[in-house]
Amino acid sequence: MPKVYVSSVVNAPAADVWQVVRNFNGLPDWTPFVAESRIEQNARPDQIGCIRNFTLKDGGRIRERLLALSDYDLSCTYSILESPMGVENYIAKLALTPITDGNATFCEWEAEFDCAPEREAALIQQIGSGVFQAAFTSLKKRFAR
Amino acid sequence: MVQVCQSTIIDAPIYEVWRVLRDFNGHDRWHPVIASSAIENGEPVDAVGSVRRFRLADGGELREQLLSLSDKECRLTYCLLESPLPLMGYVASIRLKPVTDGNRTFWEWRSEFHPPASRREELVRLVTEGIYRAGFAAVRKLLSAGQRQTPVAASVMDAPAVARPMPKLVEAVSADGADRTRAIVVAKHGGPEVLEFREIGLPEPAYGEVRIRHTVIGVNFIDVYCRTGYFDLLSPPGVPGMEAAGVIEAIGPGVSGFSVGERVAYGCPPVGAYSERRNMSPELLVRLPEDISDEISAGALLKGVAASFLLHDVQQVRPGSVVLVHAAAGGIGQILVQWARHLGATVIATVSNDDKARLVERLGAHHVIVYTSENFSDAVMEITGGRGADVVYDAVGNDTFAGSLAALGVRGHLVSFGQASGPVGNWDIGRFSSKSITVSRPNYGHFTDTQDKLVPHVHRFFSALRQGIVRIDTPRRYPLARAADAHRDLESRRSIGSLVLVPASPPAPNAASSLGSVATTG
Repeated sequence: MPKVYVSSVVNAPAADVWQVVRNFNGLPDWTPFVAESRIEQNARPDQIGCIRNFTLKDGGRIRERLLALSDYDLSCTYSILESPMGVENYIAKLALTPITDGNATFCEWEAEFDCAPEREAALIQQIGSGVFQAAFTSLKKRFAR
Repeated sequence: MVQVCQSTIIDAPIYEVWRVLRDFNGHDRWHPVIASSAIENGEPVDAVGSVRRFRLADGGELREQLLSLSDKECRLTYCLLESPLPLMGYVASIRLKPVTDGNRTFWEWRSEFHPPASRREELVRLVTEGIYRAGFAAVRKLLSAGQRQTPVAASVMDAPAVARPMPKLVEAVSADGADRTRAIVVAKHGGPEVLEFREIGLPEPAYGEVRIRHTVIGVNFIDVYCRTGYFDLLSPPGVPGMEAAGVIEAIGPGVSGFSVGERVAYGCPPVGAYSERRNMSPELLVRLPEDISDEISAGALLKGVAASFLLHDVQQVRPGSVVLVHAAAGGIGQILVQWARHLGATVIATVSNDDKARLVERLGAHHVIVYTSENFSDAVMEITGGRGADVVYDAVGNDTFAGSLAALGVRGHLVSFGQASGPVGNWDIGRFSSKSITVSRPNYGHFTDTQDKLVPHVHRFFSALRQGIVRIDTPRRYPLARAADAHRDLESRRSIGSLVLVPASPPAPNAASSLGSVATTG
């Protein structure tokens, strides 16, 4: 089962970063690649089980289900229901940890999934750099001190 | 039970950091407080259950046992078996995670233990600073020493911690595509001449921010402290100013409860008010009622809120209290005089000249002392028949502090809320017992940094304005570009009442409201 792990450091207190990334419907606000997003069936974006339905700037549509959200651990876990990427059993987790030294935030994003073997390398690259790292880079820019 | 958790970023790949930390007997080679260490009974260093016996540089001896070790997770746990310190039930863990962005390492060191209540703070500080932070610094040094050939850009984590993120100035040149605005910029700390009027970039409001178009900007003595660097609220280059009124012009994502076109005011950090337009978090914005003009709120909100907590929270001024107000013709002094009188106090005011004395008399001070021509503490004693003042409001600092102490009665309270003439210096508090004196040093932020704390003061101040308890003279106006002149006038004690800055181009602020009265000049 391919795995992707990306981590970064954002120069802002974890509570401030969490305020931004906790919103399951907030991808258009902080990632560079999501055009618009809505939560299906008018559910709250912090209701476990809710589904976000979002459009990428390149036109692709993705539906993801919120599996877990913790304001205590500052983490969010979700699965992909539908996407143009050709992945199955895709589960990802985004987590923040305070860095006491400098009052900054350690951000981690990891995913596991199944896919056709010949697609594995390209998908790891696409998800790792094109999605997770790209989102962290824009998060770092937003909080640049 | 207490929990201690410290974490840092080490500018080295995770396998290098783990190589150092996984050696359960190797801490004497890097940690500064450990003199020597040995594993008992010749056990392997990575056998779970092994015990290290080690000696501190100060001679104390400790034993710790390895409870878990994982090369997969780069994590180890250990507990304390014997120690000269009462760190009861001490269990600690170290874990590392890779920072893929930059090939660095996140290191977290945490523990739980049961200290005796009386030594709790001391032991938490010892573990936090003496063990964990000192350990971080030592490993950082160890690994950077071995990497001299390939210098890595210094980790941002090494920068001194800043209590509150300061807004970074967006340079006009680098703000591609973004809007621009004109502002006063402090390029380096210094005198009024460092206040430079120029164009800067203005990004779109970020998440959780609104953009405000300023109509009137307040000038406060704290702006001088920011300009000179006395207060750590502005790191150059930056835009000073913490008080203004204006109109919401745009709303960033994630903001609710505000709409474009609303009239608002604020009197709070972060700095940035000396500008035509700015972005800020709306957390401490005050909606302006229709009958409060932009000019009055920009000139008096911060001062009025301060007067409110000084008279009601820091000290509860009651009918019959004897209140001494220094710099009574100044912005906050004028409010204190009027409000204290309304509360039923006997108000004694000090001013520097006769013009100011007449003004302060008109405001309702019962006694006015021109401190340049008579000794104010003697005068207070004379006026009160030897009783002295119950409370002294002193923002003058160095020049008045000793006299203020002398002017206090038994169980009097000296509220030192500024130092326009310089810091008050060191005092032997033992001498305060001669009159059971209380001295307070209130900080504006601690009374106003949440809506819950701020709003009651705003309401109380607005209501005092409406009822005519406090009248604010129309502030003296300076063009925004001439902020340096305003600072010179404020610092030279030439000014009377409030000073405001007015941006050049935007629509005129609301006409001076019914609450304004005679215009004064300095």
